[in-house]
Amino acid sequence: MDQRVPMRARVNGVDHERTVEPRLLLSDFLRNELGLTGTHVGCEHGVCGACTVLVDGEPVRSCLMLAVQAGGHDVTTVEGLASGDHLHPLQTAFRDAHALQCGFCTPGILMTLVAFLREHANPTAHEIRHAISGNLCRCTGYQNIVKAVELAAQRLAEAST
Amino acid sequence: MSEPWFGRPVPRNEDSRLLTGRALFVDDVDAPGMLHVAFVRSTLAHARILSIDLSAAAQRPGVVAVFSAEELGDFWQHGPLLVQPPPIEGLVFNQRTQPLLARDKVRHVGEPIAVIVAENRYIAEDAAEDVWVEYEPLDAVGDLERALEPGAPLVHEDLGSNISAHVVQKKGNYEDARARADLVITRRFHYDRGVSAALENRAYVAQWNARQRELTLWDTTQAPIPIRNGLARMLGLSEFQVRVVAPFVGGGFGPKIMMFYPEEVLVPWLAMKLEAAVKWTEDRRENFFATTQERGQVHDAEIALTRDGRILGVQDRFLHDGGAYDPYGLTVPINSQCTLLGPYVVPNYASEFTAVFTNRTLVTPVRGAGRQHGVFVIERLLDIAARELGIDPVEIRRRNFIPPDAFPWDNEVIFQDSAPLVYDSGDFAAVLDRALEIIGYDTFLREEQPRLRAEGRHVGIGVVAYVEGTGIGPYEGARVSVETDGSVSVATGVGTQGQGHFTTLAQVVADPLGVDVADVRIVTGDTREFRWGTGTFASRGAVAAGNACHAAAVAVRDKIVRLAADILGAPPDDIVVANGHAGVRGDAARRMPLGELAARANPLRGAVKPGTEPGLEATAYFGAERGATASGVHAMIVDVDPDTAMVKILRYVVVHDCGRVINPLILDGQIHGGVAHGIGNAFYEKLVYDENGQLLTGSFMDYLLPTSLDVPDIETAHHETPSPLNPLGVKGAGEAGVIPGGALFAQAVENALAERGIEIREIPLSPNLLFTLLVEAERRP
Repeated sequence: MDQRVPMRARVNGVDHERTVEPRLLLSDFLRNELGLTGTHVGCEHGVCGACTVLVDGEPVRSCLMLAVQAGGHDVTTVEGLASGDHLHPLQTAFRDAHALQCGFCTPGILMTLVAFLREHANPTAHEIRHAISGNLCRCTGYQNIVKAVELAAQRLAEAST
Repeated sequence: MSEPWFGRPVPRNEDSRLLTGRALFVDDVDAPGMLHVAFVRSTLAHARILSIDLSAAAQRPGVVAVFSAEELGDFWQHGPLLVQPPPIEGLVFNQRTQPLLARDKVRHVGEPIAVIVAENRYIAEDAAEDVWVEYEPLDAVGDLERALEPGAPLVHEDLGSNISAHVVQKKGNYEDARARADLVITRRFHYDRGVSAALENRAYVAQWNARQRELTLWDTTQAPIPIRNGLARMLGLSEFQVRVVAPFVGGGFGPKIMMFYPEEVLVPWLAMKLEAAVKWTEDRRENFFATTQERGQVHDAEIALTRDGRILGVQDRFLHDGGAYDPYGLTVPINSQCTLLGPYVVPNYASEFTAVFTNRTLVTPVRGAGRQHGVFVIERLLDIAARELGIDPVEIRRRNFIPPDAFPWDNEVIFQDSAPLVYDSGDFAAVLDRALEIIGYDTFLREEQPRLRAEGRHVGIGVVAYVEGTGIGPYEGARVSVETDGSVSVATGVGTQGQGHFTTLAQVVADPLGVDVADVRIVTGDTREFRWGTGTFASRGAVAAGNACHAAAVAVRDKIVRLAADILGAPPDDIVVANGHAGVRGDAARRMPLGELAARANPLRGAVKPGTEPGLEATAYFGAERGATASGVHAMIVDVDPDTAMVKILRYVVVHDCGRVINPLILDGQIHGGVAHGIGNAFYEKLVYDENGQLLTGSFMDYLLPTSLDVPDIETAHHETPSPLNPLGVKGAGEAGVIPGGALFAQAVENALAERGIEIREIPLSPNLLFTLLVEAERRP
């Protein structure tokens, strides 16, 4: 029954080689094989967005992707967002604007927004609401998340001038 | 003296861990050789189990063990009754709690029948598919009225009916009031079910250390201490042999309370039996069937008024859908019964409810916990009365408010905490006025609404009021210690699910101890750190745990002052505790860091004064004689499209009185989340069951949680009427946002469609239901 296959993926800048079952989800691979438990699993049917990670810079639902599909690709999880003790501007803005409560959906929302801010340096509230409309949050009512993104965009703009 | 921490919008201490993916949630726990569990669950709502064949599952490679009810042997049992019914005369309560695994009969879809333990979850789920259960299907009990008719199928046959409970509470004499009334309004109201939908599903990891005979359970519970106590009893261990840890928990909202879910009891039992670490994490589909739910009720209500809109009395008879088992007692329907009284003078009240067993998932408190229904009924009755009497809906509320000088106000009914429902404080008119001012009520009615209506838009406004009994007992405790590095550690028994305890509790202790909030380390939800308490529920964390932390911090401060006075040679009255030091007032040179004092308080050599306790540490408890009364007014302006029946929220205002505010940033967050949940309940979320008790909306594809496009920006303001029942003057706030959502939607949408003559008596008011109401109204002659 064991039909394990070898795979190699680069996660947060580190190469990993593993032999995995073809049916293993990318979310389970990250959490259980690599111990990167910052990626959370909320629904396993691609709706809640908690498990969002970046694959080659693009946000994907790691519960809807097989680990072997990530073979040869570059994956970034929430653990790869800060550099050392230096938080990403989105992370500090989330703290300052109280954009998280239980924090379970937060990693997926952060990863969604990292990609969004790259393309939208100066987003409107409406654009931000669209950007996170595929991520469910039960605690915050989203309002402070929108605020945090505005704050992060503003700080990133100030830092680049 | 620096500015107090209490009341400041301090960003949270816990956030950097959560933001970097380094916070521990239960499913993150790993252990060598850990085994994984999957459950075989009933596919039918009501059926006799004829046989269970585990053989194929047991033989699958990678499967370690397989159990049905039979294989549990002597350990098979029903879960405990968690909340005793209150002492109400004539109360009937039929206790039928859930079994660990179904034996003979299944009573709701998703009820666990067998448990598989395997090397990993993938294999465990494969093996669960191998289990063959032979059923004899029975008619399912769903509709609450039909459930009580003679000849109805019975959820619990030995009971002879589907009655879980029957409770009557009366105040004054409603019949007399009715006879005197100028107007009597009678209506039937429906409120349907939803899920709590915490983004983190339930999870349990248990580890049994056979050599030390110690059990550790990581549990997504809101109430680790009661779980520890109950598990110790069930597993034949001392409470000191069991450690329950509720680490970061990804949202609670009620169903993660001390439920003793079958999975929660079986995972530690399996860990002991198999002498291994065992993990089970619920998936979202299971969450829709196996985690408790709320909100199915049908009310036949009546209000009697004078012609100037004063309430003479209210009568309410309702049916409450309790689901298949009733381990949580009567908390939800009692809350409905009591919360109906709202902020109003209701001189005569007659309320009667029957809780009904149905072949649906169990009902226990979900954020709001039955209060929604009571608010919906009284607010709707007042709206209809206002319309009949030609009084402005805001005015009829104002005329009936309990005046600010009437507290304490005895409602003469018994609340969920078994204490009389006595409001401690409030200023309802002031809260209302503030809400009207912020939303611009008069201007909207006078100018904006006519102008927008002339443009063909259907805009409407709603304003509803509510009272929330919060901060109920019995008690919580806290231990506060100053460490030798000058930092402060606090342990308390409550768990945390996002409420910000690591920060608000730190603010409460930082002031008396003169330290920075960032230097206060809070530990919640670990029974090894703190032994006593009940849990996080009923909007009670800030009241119960907050005041316990405060009391312990004040006791530690006293120790600091006494010790510093001794060492620095000054009278205690001259000792100032600030900026991490204790010093002599007016003499900057004579001071000592708290860390050094902590070291001096724990001498390694020499004699101490008899009676001296070591360390700068104290433990304190807080329990109030009854809960603190929070209240609020929500106001909303909506734009309704009658063709699509979609509702767009243009403004949403919350003015709330939760007494003294510890942290406005966190408080607003609690309100925002509650309002979003209330909007979901009111308009989007519905658990739809078919006549066979099958859930038709069992995924996030079918069950619609509000998204960032559905929840508007919420404007908040706070009115502070301190609770006289606790030293901090705080009241609970966790549920305030969610409670009036249904009532508010109904009023605002009706107002927007005033010319269509619809009356909303059912929540959730989905676009479908609204569309149906509009079509019906059009067809009426």
